[in-house]
Amino acid sequence: MIYRSHVLVCAGTGCTSSNSLRIIENFNKKLEETGYDKEVQVIRTGCFGLCAAGPIVVVYPEGIYYSHVKPEDVDEIVNEHLIKGRPVQRLIFKEGDENGVNTTLNESDFYKKQHRIALRNCGMIDPENIDEYIAFDGYKALGKVLTEMSRDDVVDTIIKSGLRGRGGGGFPTGLKWKFAKAPESDIKYVCCNADEGDPGAFMDRSVLEGDPHSVLEAMAIAGYAIGAQQGYIYVRAEYPIAVKRLRVAIKQAREYGLLGDNIMGTGFKFDIDLRLGSGAFVCGEETALLASIEGGRGEPRPRPPFPAVKGLFGKPTLLNNVETYANICQIILNGPEWFAAMGTEKSKGTKVFALGGKINNTGLVEIPMGTTLREVIFEIGGGIPNGKKFKAAQTGGPSGGCIPAEHLDIPIDYDNLIAIGSMMGSGGMIVMDEDNCMVNIAKFFLEFTVDESCGKCPPCRIGTRRMLEMLEKITKGQGEPGDIEKLEKLAYNIKASALCGLGQTAPNPVLSTIRYFRDEYEAHIYEKRCPAGVCKALLNYTIDPEKCRGCSLCARKCPAGAISGEIKKPFVIDSAKCIKCGACMESCKFGAISKK
Amino acid sequence: MKTLQELEAIRQKTLNELNLRKNREDGIRVVVGLATCGIAAGARPVMSAFVDEINKRQLNNVTVSQTGCIGLCRLEPIVEVYMPGKEKVTYCKVTPEQVGRIVAEHIVNGNPVVEHTIGSFE
Repeated sequence: MIYRSHVLVCAGTGCTSSNSLRIIENFNKKLEETGYDKEVQVIRTGCFGLCAAGPIVVVYPEGIYYSHVKPEDVDEIVNEHLIKGRPVQRLIFKEGDENGVNTTLNESDFYKKQHRIALRNCGMIDPENIDEYIAFDGYKALGKVLTEMSRDDVVDTIIKSGLRGRGGGGFPTGLKWKFAKAPESDIKYVCCNADEGDPGAFMDRSVLEGDPHSVLEAMAIAGYAIGAQQGYIYVRAEYPIAVKRLRVAIKQAREYGLLGDNIMGTGFKFDIDLRLGSGAFVCGEETALLASIEGGRGEPRPRPPFPAVKGLFGKPTLLNNVETYANICQIILNGPEWFAAMGTEKSKGTKVFALGGKINNTGLVEIPMGTTLREVIFEIGGGIPNGKKFKAAQTGGPSGGCIPAEHLDIPIDYDNLIAIGSMMGSGGMIVMDEDNCMVNIAKFFLEFTVDESCGKCPPCRIGTRRMLEMLEKITKGQGEPGDIEKLEKLAYNIKASALCGLGQTAPNPVLSTIRYFRDEYEAHIYEKRCPAGVCKALLNYTIDPEKCRGCSLCARKCPAGAISGEIKKPFVIDSAKCIKCGACMESCKFGAISKK
Repeated sequence: MKTLQELEAIRQKTLNELNLRKNREDGIRVVVGLATCGIAAGARPVMSAFVDEINKRQLNNVTVSQTGCIGLCRLEPIVEVYMPGKEKVTYCKVTPEQVGRIVAEHIVNGNPVVEHTIGSFE
C-alpha cells in the first residue's frame, strides 16, 4: 500500500512522556473519521533528537516539522494541512526563539551540522516494523558478511575503520574483536552493554528505541566474526520502551530467519536474548555487567583475565556498547575507508551526544569527531538560555570532568578531551552557566558515585565517601585551609588504587573543577562565600534600605517570619531566623533584596 | 527463513512505500489545490485519481501533495506539476478522467497536455 503522505510522530521516551501516543491515537481516529486513512499513514518513530521541542510531528513529502504538538492540535493539522494543504504555521518549528523563522527539518541549524550514522534511522523509520529497517539497507551488511567475507575480513575491516568504543573508554573496537576471535573455544558470547547509567545521558536508549535492528544485526555480524552463537543484550529495566522494542525486533528477526539457525540459508547460527539490569551504575563496567548477566551480584573483578579470554560463564566474550554496534553495519556496507575519512587522526567517525543542562536545544546530536565544543553548544545546541554566560560543559558524566570556556575551541575527540582533564565518556554533555556553583556540581557527581559504589574495594567505598564529606564541609562554609590539597591527594590515591573504572574515575569531577575553578573552592574556604550564589549555607539575604519601600510583601511571603519592619520604612532580615529559601527576593517588586 | 533474494524483494517493495520520506533531487511534485473552493469543485477525486495512477505505474519519484487556495477559484480543481529544471505547469478544471492522460503524457513522457493547461482557459 502506497500512501501519499506520511505523518511521523516521535515515540521516544521524551515525546512519549509528553503524550505523543495520544497524538498518534488522535491522528488515526481523525483520519478514519474524515476518510483519509487510506491515503495518509501515521508512523510511530524513534527520537528525532530535538527533545526540547517535543512532541515532534513530521509530515512528508513536504518535510514540515511541527514542534510542541498537543493531542488537541491534531484536528487542526488534519483539517488544515492534510486535507487542505495549508501547513499549520503556529506549530511549525521555529529556530532560536519564538520570533525565529519557520524551518524544515534539514534546513535547521540543529540538523545542518550533524552527520548521522548511528542515528541514521532514528526518526526516519518505524522501529517496530522490520520491513522499514530492511528498506533502508537493513540486514544487507549481515548478508554481505555471511556470503562474501571471511571472519578475518570482518575483523580487519573494523580495525581499518578506526572505530573506537563508544561507551566511554575508547578502546579500538577492531582490536577487541580480534582478541575475542583469537581463543579457540566451542562456546563464545557476544554481549551488548545497554546499561546506560550516566546522569543526563540517553544516546543508547534512543538508538534502541529508534533503530533496534541495527544493534541486532551488528551483534550477529560480531558473532560471525568471533565465532559465537549466542548474544545477550544487557539493558536497563528503567528503559521500558527500549526493552519492548528490542523484544519486538528480536521476535521479527527470528520470524524472518535473521536470528536463529541457518541464517539466510548460510548455515550460520546466532540468537540473542535480553537480560534486564536493575539500574546499578557499576553494571556498566564490563566485568560487573557479565557477573550480573550470569545472575550474580553486579560487582567487578580484577582484570586480567579480560572478558575476551575469560568472560561470560568463563567463555571468551565480546562486549561492546550500543552506539558502537550501531556504527558497524554502515562500516561494512560503505567500507572502512569511508568511515576513517571522517573525524580526527585518532578518533574516526561520529559521536552522539546527549545535550542537557543550560542549553536551548536539549536533545540528541550526532557530530563528526573533531567538531568543536563551541559549534556543538552555540550552533547546534542554540546557545545558553536567557542570555546567561557559558561557564563550563561537563562531559563523561560522573567519570568525566568539566571543560571551561577557554577550551571551547578544542576539537572534540577522545585524546583531546583526556588532555584537558575530561573524557569522552558515553556522550552525556551537561552545559553549565554562571549560576552553577562548580563545588556544588562536583559534590553532585560525588554523591552519585558514593551511592553507586558497589563496595567491593575500599578506595572507592571509603575514599569517595571521605571526599564527599570534605566537599559537604566546604559547601557548608566549614572548609579549612589545606582542604583542597587534601582532596587532591585523596583523589589521586583513589584513582591509583580502585578496582574498576567506577572508582578510578570517580574523583575526576573534583579534580577537573579544582583544576579550572580553584578560585571558587578558595572563595568557599577562605572567604566563606559562594560566587554563584548556590550553596545555601554561604548565602546572606539582605535588604537594601535605599531601595526598600516598606511594602511588607517580603515579610508576608517569608515562611520563617525572619523579616520585620514598619510599613513605609525599610525592612530588615534576621539572618539567624532566615532559612535562605529566596522567597523574599522573588517577591520583591523593587529589586531591593540581594544575596551574596 | 528469508534468503538474500527475498530480503532484496522486501527492500524494494518497502522502499517504494517509504519513498516520500527521502529528499529526492529528481523528484516530481504534483500539487492539488484542496482549499474549500477546490474541494467544492471536485478536487478530492482528482487527487485520489493521481495517487492511484501513480501507484499503479510505480512512479517512485512522484509525490502527490495538496495546497491551499491559489486565488483562481473559478478554474478549480487546479493541479500544478513541478518537474526539476522545468517551469511549473498548471492544469485547470481537472477531472478524474483526465488524470490518466496527464500522468502518461506529461509526468512519464514529459509533454504537458496543453489543452488542459491554464493557457487554454485564459
